[in-house]
Amino acid sequence: MSIILNQTTRIIVQGITGTQGQFHTGQMIAFGSKIVGGVSPGKGGQEVHGVPVYDTVEEAMLKQQVDASVIFVPAKLVKDCALEALEAGIKTLVIVTEHVPLHDTLEIMAYAEKQKAEIVGPNTYGLISPGQCKIGIMPNNIFMPGEVGVVARSGTLSYEIVYQLTGAGVGQSSVVGLGGDRVVGMSFIQVLEKFEADPATKAVVLVGEIGGNAEEKAADYIKGMTKPVVAFLAGKSAPPGKRMGHAGAIIERGKGTFKSKVEALTAAGVSVANLPWEVGPLVKQALAQGSEKVYG
Amino acid sequence: MKLYEYMAKEIFRRNGIPVPMGAVFTGVDGVAAFQEKTGSVAIKSQVLSGGRGKAGGIKFATEPQDAISKVQELLASKIKGCQVETVLIEEKVTIERELYLAITVDGSKRQIVLLASVAGGMDIEQVPEEQVIKRFIDITIGLQPYATREITRQMGLKGREAKQTEEVMLKLYQVFRKYDAELVEINPLVVTPSQVLAADGKMTVDDEAAYRFLPEVPYVEEKTAVEKKADDLGISYVELDGEVGVMANGAGITMATLDLLQHFGSSARNFMDAGGGSSEKATAAALEILLSTNPKALLINIFGGITRCDDVARAFVQVKKALDLKLPVVIRLVGTNEDLGTAILREQGIESFKSVEEAVTKVISLLKGGGTDVHNS
Repeated sequence: MSIILNQTTRIIVQGITGTQGQFHTGQMIAFGSKIVGGVSPGKGGQEVHGVPVYDTVEEAMLKQQVDASVIFVPAKLVKDCALEALEAGIKTLVIVTEHVPLHDTLEIMAYAEKQKAEIVGPNTYGLISPGQCKIGIMPNNIFMPGEVGVVARSGTLSYEIVYQLTGAGVGQSSVVGLGGDRVVGMSFIQVLEKFEADPATKAVVLVGEIGGNAEEKAADYIKGMTKPVVAFLAGKSAPPGKRMGHAGAIIERGKGTFKSKVEALTAAGVSVANLPWEVGPLVKQALAQGSEKVYG
Repeated sequence: MKLYEYMAKEIFRRNGIPVPMGAVFTGVDGVAAFQEKTGSVAIKSQVLSGGRGKAGGIKFATEPQDAISKVQELLASKIKGCQVETVLIEEKVTIERELYLAITVDGSKRQIVLLASVAGGMDIEQVPEEQVIKRFIDITIGLQPYATREITRQMGLKGREAKQTEEVMLKLYQVFRKYDAELVEINPLVVTPSQVLAADGKMTVDDEAAYRFLPEVPYVEEKTAVEKKADDLGISYVELDGEVGVMANGAGITMATLDLLQHFGSSARNFMDAGGGSSEKATAAALEILLSTNPKALLINIFGGITRCDDVARAFVQVKKALDLKLPVVIRLVGTNEDLGTAILREQGIESFKSVEEAVTKVISLLKGGGTDVHNS
């Protein structure tokens, strides 16, 4: 088991004929993902890595059974492609593209809610269930199947944390990148709920960063979880008022600070790692203590 | 990108939101004539930081000579460290009451939110929460007149002040959408005997939508020269004041690298996220930017996903040769093509690390130890 994805998930790639689309379609297939089609307007009838290309999402869905779609098109085109997928009935949509205008994201999210679809991203590396399936751009070789769920806002920092976990012999059930933008689809809480319900996940690692209040809200939810949670947060040394790379990573008007997040998580019974390489040992410790969470 | 007050107000005016009559000055030419024509005036420094009034950035004048000397005074001053380069001179308006109005995005709700209060004219963060009305707006239907009627009802506004405030809300929402804004704020929205008008204006527009900004949106430079150069290369860069120049790929890992330097007793000269998928050429350009800020040492932390370690290694070797680097450099390479990258560096006598812990402690020991060059160690 795992969350959102497994070995039977049937995926289409929007923007499959672009450089990124082509390359990552190959990588996903190599990892074992079932890519059943691609969409690229005007390129219908072609093939990429043996995968049939369609002109529209509706056409792809007429000809294939599809569970999820991943978007690789340039930022300006994301809104159109996302709305197309949602109207066609896609229920799991991953938007890898970064630099999507905020108002476009808002429109996509409003329509997704109406269509009862789940969106991961924008500006995400995607999600992966090691040993089964991946949707996104993460390197294939750092993951290891196991029983720890990982949810993160940042891409390469999740790779770093997963690398530390794998190095410590701690495998992962699923790893989800929420995306670094100010407005993204799936939240920490939605992913935590899925990990809490997933029998294959025994503990969760939350990778957060400064800015916004997503970690504080997650902490509220974690208070009611039965599975242990370990966290790592980036941005302790970041000065206020400066946007640290991600649109959402900024301390504004004294809000979104590192301290506030650590305090909220600690109060919820989360072990917060000071250093990236402390995450593996803390998870092992939490697992050894059993699934019953220890407070205080 | 934050706009100056006078820019925000020009956009408000164009879109039918009443603003006080005013003019922009960068020197004293025309100040006297404008004051004589207008009468009693407010002279407002144009700076991007908040709390300008308290910091002495707003002055009043009723005589031409007084207006000139106050303009000179403001143009010679700094507000919270920012040199005042422009002033906005406006007619003084008769204030019956001051309201607050803003539209922004609530990231956790993924929705647009309108904030309104009858406690205008003060820092909204200081206003008790129960005095701020929050109304979420469904972007698929936008802000409709009925919603504004409910908001003014909750504010306790009546008759013409309610009606005029509702009109401003509708127009402000149009501005928010039309200009791809992250924030539009009017504080205070002033009720005068005849109208309600925007006595102040704040506007932040979304940089990601810059390609479709309407021509009337001006460009405001908020970045330093180095930050701008990085921006042109598609690199995310923030200048800091520490000792170690840092290049990493990805915002999260870059922040974590900065934190590690601080944890082990050093500090970063910058935040540089060289991004995913950087080519050899782009990496070389990024390294040159780093070196231009004269750091005491360099720390390169690459977790190759889309970025290929061999590209980074080749770029580094090229820059090292071209610039005859003397400062200590530590490189950490993991991920896509790491063996290839490590081999390229080793050929040149450059050591690289797999462990971020070793890399960070190494760069600090080189700094403290007086800066022996790691390449020849």
